[in-house]
Amino acid sequence: MEFFHVKRDIPFMSYGKLTTAISLATFVLAVFFLVAKGLNFGIEFTGGTVMELRYQKAANLNEIRHEVDALKYGEAQVQSMGTTTDVMLRLPNIKDKNSAQLSNEVLTALQKSRSDVELRKVEFIGPSVGDELFTHGLTALILVCLGIIAYLAMRFEWRFAVSAVIANMHDVVIILGCFALFQWEFNLTVLAGILAVLGYSVNESVVVFDRIRENFRQPALRGKTVPEVIDNAITATISRTIITHGSTECMVLSMLLFGGAALHGFAMALTIGIVFGIYSSVLVASPLLLMFGITRDNMIKPVKVKEEAVV
Amino acid sequence: MNRYPLWKYLLIVASILIAAIYTIPNFYGESPALQISSARATIKVSDAMVARADTILKAIGVTPVDSYFEGTSVKVRFKDTDTQLKAKDAIQAALGDDYIVALNLISDTPVWLTKLHAKPMVLGLDLRGGVHFLLEVDMKAAVDKALEKTAGDVRRELKDKKIRYGKVSRERDRVEVQLRDEATLKAANFAVRKILGNLKVQDVAENGTYKLVITYPAAEITKLKNDAVLQNITTLHNRVNELGVAEPVIQQQGEGRIVVQLPGVQDTAKAKDILGRTATLEVRMVADDQALLTEAINGNVPAGYELMSERRADGRNVPILLKKEVELTGENINDAQAGFDDKNEPAVHLGLDSTGAAIFKVLTRDNVGKRVAMILVEKGKGEVVTAPVVRGEIGGGRVQISGSMGVAEANDTALLLRAGSLAAPMNIVEERTIGPSLGKENISKGFNSTLYGFLAIAVFMMFYYRVFGVVSTLALGANLLFLLALLSLLGVTLTLPGIAAIALTLGMAIDANVLINERVREELRNGATPQLAIKNGYDHAFATILDSNITTLIAGLALLIFGSGAIRGFAWVHCIGILTSMYSAVFVSRAMINLIYGNRRVNTLAV
Repeated sequence: MEFFHVKRDIPFMSYGKLTTAISLATFVLAVFFLVAKGLNFGIEFTGGTVMELRYQKAANLNEIRHEVDALKYGEAQVQSMGTTTDVMLRLPNIKDKNSAQLSNEVLTALQKSRSDVELRKVEFIGPSVGDELFTHGLTALILVCLGIIAYLAMRFEWRFAVSAVIANMHDVVIILGCFALFQWEFNLTVLAGILAVLGYSVNESVVVFDRIRENFRQPALRGKTVPEVIDNAITATISRTIITHGSTECMVLSMLLFGGAALHGFAMALTIGIVFGIYSSVLVASPLLLMFGITRDNMIKPVKVKEEAVV
Repeated sequence: MNRYPLWKYLLIVASILIAAIYTIPNFYGESPALQISSARATIKVSDAMVARADTILKAIGVTPVDSYFEGTSVKVRFKDTDTQLKAKDAIQAALGDDYIVALNLISDTPVWLTKLHAKPMVLGLDLRGGVHFLLEVDMKAAVDKALEKTAGDVRRELKDKKIRYGKVSRERDRVEVQLRDEATLKAANFAVRKILGNLKVQDVAENGTYKLVITYPAAEITKLKNDAVLQNITTLHNRVNELGVAEPVIQQQGEGRIVVQLPGVQDTAKAKDILGRTATLEVRMVADDQALLTEAINGNVPAGYELMSERRADGRNVPILLKKEVELTGENINDAQAGFDDKNEPAVHLGLDSTGAAIFKVLTRDNVGKRVAMILVEKGKGEVVTAPVVRGEIGGGRVQISGSMGVAEANDTALLLRAGSLAAPMNIVEERTIGPSLGKENISKGFNSTLYGFLAIAVFMMFYYRVFGVVSTLALGANLLFLLALLSLLGVTLTLPGIAAIALTLGMAIDANVLINERVREELRNGATPQLAIKNGYDHAFATILDSNITTLIAGLALLIFGSGAIRGFAWVHCIGILTSMYSAVFVSRAMINLIYGNRRVNTLAV
């Protein structure tokens, strides 16, 4: 059985302008949302106190908000966590008051009106930790990019390395843009998810690049132009691309559906990352490769170039 | 074509068997147990405790399932919680307060597996419930304290060697000693250099002033900071022991941070109270000059002195003027017990180490008739516990603090001193409490999402690639087995992001098999014979698999190095998963395909 076998090469590269325009538009849009709305950073980054509460029966968010506001701890966020009975409460850091006192006071206040409340989780994080996480996260991101560039430049050629990383960043920025647009919480697991996407998406690009390199060396494709060679590589791997993404997406969707609140952000980042990963590896990385002026000579050892003289 | 030599099959079978052995412990449940550990730094739990516990249990007619010594504690396993509780009461009563008997859960892994070091995975706090603290050690305070101590050492040494000196002052990062002339400078240098071998001692003689400057070399500062963290970790261990927590985690993280995780503890307030107590004892001289005291009370504290309050027996707080120099600190105390003095008043009996005893001996000899103050410094604020008049020289290192305190207070003070002092104060920068029900829920949700995802992929693969799909699914299963075995074997703590990484890694691992299967199909389409298609398919796909996995691994390693907490938990599993998936997708699946198709005439492949 074969669902995705394509007989004739699809001229992906001739759509190059269109796809570049689309990705540029989504990219710009993502940047716009990032700047305009900003990310809704989780407690790990901002510091503060988060409480997760569970009520026996449906909770009344307005009532809770009212009661917490009455304690005058500054701007508190009250939101539901997927269900009507699970509630998340976020409070800013308060000087001279530790979170044990803080959470106890809040819990006592809430228990006064509803005794069916249970404390499931309390997190307190100082602001200094958040700053450090931010720099560490950024360092990790840069290091991942540099590592990938170095490896690809060594195994392939600099054009491949740069194209892959640009395509990669394109995915990352779009995920961030989505998180900014919908104001989903950006926490540590989401960051882990995004960094995983980085590895995942480059994996995708590498599979296509590998095929392009192989095609350049194939005698049967010697007469073809560079765009045709790339088209052939993408077409030949398209079936695998769809299936692999399908299976990974299966896993990630399973996490999104059954993983509960704790894995939600992670699964969400990956879901978006995979969708754009498939797109970017095929329709961003390859046109970029062409734009950077990849030729057959780039991929063939100098000795052979001499023999062929003119292509 | 497509035959593996026998040793390759054997290797694969062996690796699967070993992986299975190390994965099995995760499927045994847990049974109630007791953990017996020492409550005091001076008492160590040893092998002998196993026999002792057994005798105690025999006396009350309880037979434990298993009892053994591990690390610093003895663990005893029971059939059910009833016997566990009965045993706890009996053991605690028999052993007394010197030992902590904590309730625990221990895996039911059979003994023969444990002997092979096959243990279940360690579950992170987000999967078990409990409290997590991230503490930051105040490094500046650690350095200040060391300088203060050095200044004291210098003073004592010079006094001992009868070298006359002026002011000994602690500047920002050095200690300065003022001396009268060239000769005393030389002598002081010689004397000080002898006792402070690791430090830099410089003579400064200019414009008629003679100074000795003592500084810490960079290596010494680094050592100092490391020591401070280590001492704090030891102290935290002692304090956590007081809580009676089974299997606490106390680890250094980064340069000056310490992670404390207490599984099963829900009462943060109590945990924090015990962790946060930074009580140290200081012994300083009292300035009994009424004129100076009056001046100080009027807000004019003379340089080198400090005004504190002394709590008298009748509950009054009386101002007291102390010299700033610390003669002796809690570091020199190795034992503290609550008890009663000869007037039957509550007291704390201190045992000093040899240095402390020597210092105290000199101090009491030189200051007969004067008052010394015992100060308990908690959270940066000092309180004078007692300030007795020195009646005569006290040798032997046995010191008693008595006076204005109740029995409970004496107990508290003793406990704090016993638990050891911190080298530097710490702040809580992060704190988490995870309810036990939430932990259980996290496990089941993580497990289910992995299971459903795996099933979906398996069904699709078998349907789409038929025999090759079945092989891919089996290889994926083997991959999961290898991954779980390695995680258990390496003792990686499994967290919720770790479970997410297992799921993601499985989703990505199938990529290698898809690459291979697609390649085989392509080879067939291009007219290769079935055997050649298998060979070329695997060979061609391998280069791609290698490249794509190495790039992913680079990303994973960067996460491992620069990530912390949740990210690191994720990265560990991710990196190990990439390695196992390469092995299982390439070798294990090839071995199966070879067994099915190799070494015989095949007309068509079911792919």
